[in-house]
Amino acid sequence: MGDVNRSLTVTGSEQGFATTRVDALLGWARKYSLFAYPFVTACCGMEFMALTSPRFDLARFGAEAPRFSPRQADLLWVVGTISQRQAPALRRIYEQMMSPKYVLAFGTCASTGGFYDNYTTVPGIDTIIPTDVYIPGCPPRPEAVLDGLMLLQDRIARNERRPGVVKPRVDPLSSVDGLVKLRRSAQDPRELVPELKREEEAAMALAGPVAEAPPGAKR
Amino acid sequence: MSQHVLDKLKARFGTSILETHSDFGDDTAVVEPSQWKAVCQYLREEPALDFDLPVDLCGVDYPTRIPRMEVVMHLYSIAKGHRVRLKARVGDEEMSGAELDSVTSIWPGMNWLEREVWDMSGVRFNGHPDLRRILMYPEFEGHPLQKTYPADRTQPLVPYRTEEEAGLPLGKLEPFGPDEGMPFGRGGLPRVVDHEDD
Repeated sequence: MGDVNRSLTVTGSEQGFATTRVDALLGWARKYSLFAYPFVTACCGMEFMALTSPRFDLARFGAEAPRFSPRQADLLWVVGTISQRQAPALRRIYEQMMSPKYVLAFGTCASTGGFYDNYTTVPGIDTIIPTDVYIPGCPPRPEAVLDGLMLLQDRIARNERRPGVVKPRVDPLSSVDGLVKLRRSAQDPRELVPELKREEEAAMALAGPVAEAPPGAKR
Repeated sequence: MSQHVLDKLKARFGTSILETHSDFGDDTAVVEPSQWKAVCQYLREEPALDFDLPVDLCGVDYPTRIPRMEVVMHLYSIAKGHRVRLKARVGDEEMSGAELDSVTSIWPGMNWLEREVWDMSGVRFNGHPDLRRILMYPEFEGHPLQKTYPADRTQPLVPYRTEEEAGLPLGKLEPFGPDEGMPFGRGGLPRVVDHEDD
């Protein structure tokens, strides 16, 4: 680019130009300028600390600066279980944040209440405040959280407020190794998912008789 | 380990000590509920016993028994290094008669523990200075650690309120005095005065 003044004054035919809309430009600016307010209540906080460490480098996404006043923040991280008694305080914090504001439900407890189905736990923070992105996991891996953050950035850039859910990077049903055997005596997972067995048999038939893998070979 | 504590209790209170055992090395005395405070007073003040640390207080619900609620207290003596566990059984099926004398005058630290047992298990402590819920909010109905409380029953969310709006005390809470505990919150911080020098 070099001289800014020159690039502004030259005609388009020499330098090329780009068109955009104001809201798209604003969205693009906002998605790399997220000021986070971490509302950390439970064990997911450990994973949040790992996430904010240099190893995962949240600064790549422009979302690394925590604000410890909700009035300076525009992204609320709800990390952990929210009890019925905390719910009014969480609502109050959300109301104090500046607009446009975004909410990220970190982990299964914040998203749905998790395995707590009792007198004391809120069944998902969306019963209290509008939520933009849900990250399942107990706790979610930092990679899953980064997926959630990128999902949120995508929504911000497109100026869209439809809630999103982070999907697993690998479908556990796509391979037999992905299925967890809970008991030693449990039957072969291929028996539990008939499609897998049929697919495998079809693949074997295609590959012919030499497709037999040596024992212990990695798939 | 602390069999002599049980011996002294039995010698002093006789039939008011309903039963004792020392299973797994934990010396336990089941006390007549009417003698609860007297036994505690004795354990605290007898020089040979000197139980100066109230470790824990909790309620255990046995829905098939009458009396159904068992209040369990753990005590420790820092000077003597011995422990004892006291139990009192109170309350019928409907939890009527589930009350004990408060021992906050003997151990001020029992204040919050007795509030917790009232909140969770519904045992009243007569003579307690401030018997309110401590973990749950004032609108909460019932006592969640009673076995008759439905395991999956949730209650409506409450709106945000300040202490003043909720009718809660604004000063420091018992057992903290005005210059104890955290300096902020609950009216502990002096108000900022606006200076009108323009």
